[in-house]
Amino acid sequence: MRILLVEDDAEVARFVRKGLMEAGHTVEHAPNGRDGLFMAASEQFDVLVLDRMLPGGVDGVRLVETLRGQGNRTPVLFLSALNAVDERVKGLKAGGDDYLTKPFAFAELLARVEALGRRPAAEVPTTRLKVADLELDLLSRTVTRAGKKIDVQPREFRLLEHLMRHAGQVVTRTMLLEKVWDYHFDPQTNVIDVHVSRLRHKLDKGFDKPLIHTVRNAGYMIRAD
Amino acid sequence: MVLWWNTAGALDRQVDAAIRADATALVERMSVRGIPAVAAAIEDRMAVDVQNETLYLLLAPDGARLAGNLSAWPSEASGEFPWIRIPLQRDGAVSEARLFRLELGGGHRLLVGRDVAEKLRLRGLLSEGIAWAASASAAFAVLGAWLLRRSLERRLNPIYRTARAISAGDLTRRVPLSERDDEFDKLGITMNAMLDRIAQLMEGVRGVSDAIAHDLRTPIARARAKLEESLHAAHDEDSLRAAVEQGIADLDAIARVFQAVLRIAEVEAGARRAAFAPTDLAPVLADIAELYGASAEAREQHLAVDLPESLDLVGDRDLLAQAVVNLLDNALKFTPEGGTVRLSARLSEAHAEIEVADDGPGMPDADRRRAGERFFRADAARTTPGSGLGLSLVRAVASLHRGELLLRDTHPDAASPGLTATLRLPAA
Repeated sequence: MRILLVEDDAEVARFVRKGLMEAGHTVEHAPNGRDGLFMAASEQFDVLVLDRMLPGGVDGVRLVETLRGQGNRTPVLFLSALNAVDERVKGLKAGGDDYLTKPFAFAELLARVEALGRRPAAEVPTTRLKVADLELDLLSRTVTRAGKKIDVQPREFRLLEHLMRHAGQVVTRTMLLEKVWDYHFDPQTNVIDVHVSRLRHKLDKGFDKPLIHTVRNAGYMIRAD
Repeated sequence: MVLWWNTAGALDRQVDAAIRADATALVERMSVRGIPAVAAAIEDRMAVDVQNETLYLLLAPDGARLAGNLSAWPSEASGEFPWIRIPLQRDGAVSEARLFRLELGGGHRLLVGRDVAEKLRLRGLLSEGIAWAASASAAFAVLGAWLLRRSLERRLNPIYRTARAISAGDLTRRVPLSERDDEFDKLGITMNAMLDRIAQLMEGVRGVSDAIAHDLRTPIARARAKLEESLHAAHDEDSLRAAVEQGIADLDAIARVFQAVLRIAEVEAGARRAAFAPTDLAPVLADIAELYGASAEAREQHLAVDLPESLDLVGDRDLLAQAVVNLLDNALKFTPEGGTVRLSARLSEAHAEIEVADDGPGMPDADRRRAGERFFRADAARTTPGSGLGLSLVRAVASLHRGELLLRDTHPDAASPGLTATLRLPAA
């Protein structure tokens, strides 16, 4: 993916850039809002990673508002040291797609960037999701593995749906908490792990190949192999 | 001044009108019956004038006096204007005369006038009176202003002194009230409420800085020590890597505590009341129960749920959810294997109550009173993981919603009494 990073802190920028490049992405970096806006408007990117507060008169929110005003729909991830809930809401309202508070784990940033960059096109509605022999029918809301029906609770269905929409990508615990449960705080316990392991147990029972994998220090991933 | 002009002016106008009327009558008489009749009329008028105020002088063309009580034609009367004012020496007293000059035709000249000494005296009296009245009212005004100012000062001084003491740093001072319940008391009450609020906010800020000073320093020191130790002691890459990972985990924990402290401060500052909206909390609670049900099951605990159809109130959905999550988290943490945690809610006329009851070891009275202070951890809880901030947030969320957090024993007489935490909020 081609990613534009607009971040004024040189150390954070270097660290993020290096990490994203090691993960196989191309990264352009702008140290202030004005350069960032210029690059974002004139070139094609898959994801923009913006610091919420930037020097140079154009901060992250202004940058996104301007881009959206021009009809540019490139997904935007905000990085911010501002933790207040209202700030998050402000960022998303301006047209941001996701919000990550500093300090963050790089794995969390990478997972969110990849989730944004490979977002399925919203215009094409899918009714079935498939990973290996696991199938999810979004209309009848049923789960089958190798043709065998698996009973899941509504929340487990949504959890599985989210994992399968991002098959092959890491999904972190906080992402699940936000996207599946719609909580924007950290319960500081392993509640998500318990749900995932319950779901995993249901899916893998009687099969020798596990589908949901734990990615150390990051989160979970569903994949075929 | 207006009064003076009006009265004194009226006096003058009255004199002039009388002179003019007199003169007109004499001119009429002259045109009908000639000069001798005028002279006779003048004599008549002087005879009937008991106050001796009228002045006349009728001169023949050769300057001979035909009638009148003025001894000579005054030089001022030869000027351009018919109206003149001259000083008059009469009966040994100095007086003033107002005169009107007429040419009667055939060289006859007539002066008609009034001795205005009386009027002048009247005017003098009037001026004096007005002057006295003016100075008296000025004196009263000054006195009144002084009295009013003194009484204002007396009422405002306590407020002023309080404000000055506060700007000098003594935030405990409050405006004393007079119990008269007047405007000043209202001002005082408003100021006191404002000061209470400021003190509360300052307390919050102080709480945050205390928390940073005491409770973040310790884990930072610990993480630093561990990293430094492994830098010297680690003999292979694996142990170094493990130490770095541990260091990152420690930092993450510190960041979480920091976030919790800031969140509590944010809630206590009341800034989030902007996000209040009518909310049905029943589905939110059901979600939380579902989220934690799995954890309880994994620990062989039972989570009993008893929720009403709907639980309508006005509040911040996210904060209330987090408060309930914190309560549930605590309850599950302190409940032994096989124990039961009960999440229930009910709506009465005045309150919405959300209750989390466990059958853990409970909390002694002394601890219960301190529960909710930042970083307070009961001795019994020191070995369990946690920051000691959970109940602080619950308490802050409760007071943001003008509600309260109540703690009591679940089974008052049992060996392990358990703890029931009730979040009581005003109903919508």
